[in-house]
Amino acid sequence: MLKTRVIPCLQLIGDSLVKTVKFNKFGYIGDPINTVRIFNELEVDELCFLDIRATLEKRKPNLELLKQIADECFMPLSYGGGVTSAAMAQQILSIGFEKIVLNTVTFDHPEIIREIADHSGVQSVVGSIDVKKNFWGKYKVYSNDGKRQHDFDPVTWAKKLEQNGVGEILLTSMDHDGTWSGYDTILIKQITEAVNIPVIANGGAGQINDIVKAVETGASAVALGSMVVYQAKGLGVLVNFPDRNKLEEAISR
Amino acid sequence: MITIVNYGMGNLGSVLNMFKKVGVEAKVTDNLNEIADATKILLPGVGAFDAAMSRIKAGGFEEILNKKALEDKVPVLGICLGMQLLTDCSEEGVLPGLGWIKGKTIKFSFTRTQNLKVPHMGWNLVKQVNASPLIADFPPDPRFYFVHSYFVKADEEMDVLMRTTYGHEFDSVITNGENIFGAQFHPEKSHKFGMKLFKNFSEL
Repeated sequence: MLKTRVIPCLQLIGDSLVKTVKFNKFGYIGDPINTVRIFNELEVDELCFLDIRATLEKRKPNLELLKQIADECFMPLSYGGGVTSAAMAQQILSIGFEKIVLNTVTFDHPEIIREIADHSGVQSVVGSIDVKKNFWGKYKVYSNDGKRQHDFDPVTWAKKLEQNGVGEILLTSMDHDGTWSGYDTILIKQITEAVNIPVIANGGAGQINDIVKAVETGASAVALGSMVVYQAKGLGVLVNFPDRNKLEEAISR
Repeated sequence: MITIVNYGMGNLGSVLNMFKKVGVEAKVTDNLNEIADATKILLPGVGAFDAAMSRIKAGGFEEILNKKALEDKVPVLGICLGMQLLTDCSEEGVLPGLGWIKGKTIKFSFTRTQNLKVPHMGWNLVKQVNASPLIADFPPDPRFYFVHSYFVKADEEMDVLMRTTYGHEFDSVITNGENIFGAQFHPEKSHKFGMKLFKNFSEL
């Protein structure tokens, strides 16, 4: 049976690893290379790296760092942050990454999705959707590291991304990010019912039971942030991964 | 020395990285003379069946690969699309495959109620059907990382080394019974399980 993918989603600012809370304040976690070595030892399913400030700071992907990561990791890898052309995506894929995560660029240059997919297949393009509730409690889509609000509701935008050719969606609740309060299952339900491609739930995981709920709601995979870089809520940095047996038992219940 | 054939499809960095990790010499090449001298061949592949076969034909690879695999009988391992190319044909395209292992490549097709996504993407278990040095001494419950929309159905049961279930069973490792092997999953992205498979291949 296919196993649910449980993916540490690691946030970079340049070459430092950080963890945000609600896309706002952040804490330093440390050196990405040491961290990926630990995740490789733990044999995690997959790793996702997002340079959350690359677009805002108009930085290109740090290929040197990505190469070091790919040399250490024998698992599927995805990268997002500052990718603005198919040629740039191709460079990252040829280093040994499998997937490119796109967000801001999909609003301004949606054709990049097809350009990457035509060369490397649809499975190599992940459309990232950042979602925050507005003052009236309506879901709104954001880009540019949560700084730019769009007029779309997430369902419309998810369908649009699917139509534009992404192979998968990384769905992030900005309100739940870094809160340990569980995923936004209402949001997950809306999106997974609207599209036929896999949806990775992101933002809010605090315990194994949150993962179970996200999967029961329809998520094909889940991303973990705080849970895999902190000992517990409010405690210090500890790179870790849930016990595989407990995890598998919980998900297959 | 493993010769990784670069016919223009697939991202070869991670394959090379893993051979390095298991301490096996490997090189990526598109040079026909180097391929003609190869003692072990790895045929990678990500992308569409016809695109791959036309590059293999247009680049002059087919003739040399046929000689190496069928006459010289050097060990060959095709991974992912590289495995599908070993079969006679694919529902993904109209061009014939290399035809080194009798069988065909078929598209996954599920009913709505099955609620299974295509591609089959993620970690899945493989179970041994027939024994082979390629898959000897795996750690228990071997799991591998898969990404594919088409699966292989070998004609002969004896050519199937491992099977995996996604909606239904499909052949995840195949052989011609001699020197040619195909694996549907990505060993280079499958931790210790992939390392073992590459190590086994290097020792054939």
